[in-house]
Amino acid sequence: MSTDFPRADAQASLARLRARTLSARLWSWRTLVLRRLTQFGILLMFFGTAHWGWEASRDVPLLSGNLSASEFMGLFPMADPFAALQILLAGHVLQAEVWTGAAIVFGFYMLVGGRVYCAWVCPVNAVTDLAGWLRQRLPVATLFALSRTTRYFVLAAALFISVITGVAAFEWVSPIGMMHREIVFGMGLGFLALTAIFLFDLLILRNGWCGHLCPLGAFWSLVGKAAPLRVRFDADSCTRCGECARVCPEPQVLNLKKLDQSGWVTAGECSNCGRCTALCPEGSLAFGLRWPVRVRSDNPDQSNQSTRGG
Amino acid sequence: MSDTRSASRRDFLVKLAQGSALAATAGTLWAYLLKQEVRAHPFALRPPGARAERDFNAACIKCGQCVNACPYDTLTLAGAGGDIPIGTPHFTPRDIPCYLCPDIPCMKACPTGALSPALADINDSRMGLAVIDLENCLSWKGLRCEICHRECPLKGKAIVLETHPRRISRHAMFMPIVHSEHCTGCGICEKACPTAEAAIRILPHKMVQGKIGEHYRLGWTSETEITQEFQPSAAPDAAPEAAPRKAPGMDYLNEGGL
Repeated sequence: MSTDFPRADAQASLARLRARTLSARLWSWRTLVLRRLTQFGILLMFFGTAHWGWEASRDVPLLSGNLSASEFMGLFPMADPFAALQILLAGHVLQAEVWTGAAIVFGFYMLVGGRVYCAWVCPVNAVTDLAGWLRQRLPVATLFALSRTTRYFVLAAALFISVITGVAAFEWVSPIGMMHREIVFGMGLGFLALTAIFLFDLLILRNGWCGHLCPLGAFWSLVGKAAPLRVRFDADSCTRCGECARVCPEPQVLNLKKLDQSGWVTAGECSNCGRCTALCPEGSLAFGLRWPVRVRSDNPDQSNQSTRGG
Repeated sequence: MSDTRSASRRDFLVKLAQGSALAATAGTLWAYLLKQEVRAHPFALRPPGARAERDFNAACIKCGQCVNACPYDTLTLAGAGGDIPIGTPHFTPRDIPCYLCPDIPCMKACPTGALSPALADINDSRMGLAVIDLENCLSWKGLRCEICHRECPLKGKAIVLETHPRRISRHAMFMPIVHSEHCTGCGICEKACPTAEAAIRILPHKMVQGKIGEHYRLGWTSETEITQEFQPSAAPDAAPEAAPRKAPGMDYLNEGGL
């Protein structure tokens, strides 16, 4: 909150944010509300199918399984490609059904952004978001710094340990698996792991689990690098107020230098959560489709901001 | 110049060593945790068609589609922190046994093949083996029970009754006997057993089944035929040569030593 650095228009942006009406404030939560709806909606479909026998039509379960593997309305299988990869490395040749399902899921996230899984589907996200939200409001001192690339080492370790132990290394300890399994199929002690993650994020490391350690997030980061659906950046309207980076759980993806160059949030770690697009007082950040994906620089032709407001 | 370079090289090497140490420590802990978790619970009963425990644990993706497919709610996914390896399907026959659906929906729902599609006939499934506690079985005590035999979907094959005719001061007995050749381990007998604690229960084969090995021959059965090659002559090589040859059956008594 120093007064000399931010430009006058940035001050104006911030002032406008602070002066929002209640309805405007609620409107800036729209992606958050949508994310919670999809997260819990998906869990509810799994739960309803498992416990209340929800069916798409007669004897066709609506959504059977869980986030590891499932079948949707008897139409097509889905499977977690990271889990399938670990099982393969553990030495088990999976049936075609899993590979079909994994390919479908993989293809979907290739298009919409890998970490869309993290922000829009993964149930742990609700826990870590809560921890992050609380941490911003509590005087929690920073304990230590951890590189955000740690997760890629955890990813590599998961694959390596799968090979040497002969079981899917992450699937057997995954708090994500514990959470959705135990919500859909009944309680165990998985909530202890979730409590640990919550406390870790709240008291030890900001965005510690999702932003630093989770190998599944790392996997999806790599998958989503070339996704067409990304956040577009309009350098002309941006006042550098910095609100986007304040609400972003992966603020390094909003590196303004890189954004200026490409006109897009290109980093795979961006989860397309839409916090920034919903909040940006200038409408400089908005979802867009980049195709072909290799489009870099030369943004004047595509930066006619039609998405002002919000 | 060269100083800073060597300093940065030293930094790099130290960082490398630190990173390796961290990776090794965390990796060892992780692998240890896995070993603990995967350690097969000796009493875990798996759905029909399940591969051998180790392969099953490797292949199961823990999706629970078998659980959903089961029309009797027999199967449950193990929660974290329990005895059964986390997230894997199992059943407790005393609560709900497997009712041996002929179309095997659980196996068909399995996307990974942890429940092997090689199982064509549900009666060929081997989820476990029924074992009778002879001391607490009502029938073996002499009461007329035989409920397990009557409830057994493969009665007359998996559970047969051995009858002991009435003797003086002891009435006839009808004693259930399990044949592993046919028992699927469905657990309907365990569910039906009327004793306070089931006197017949399903256990994994490894927990109960012995193996006689190759070297015993049951000469009185028609299946085993005593062959020449089985003569013990083959066993000790040098010893008979060293000892003085004697006629069979001769010992010191025949030699007039006493």
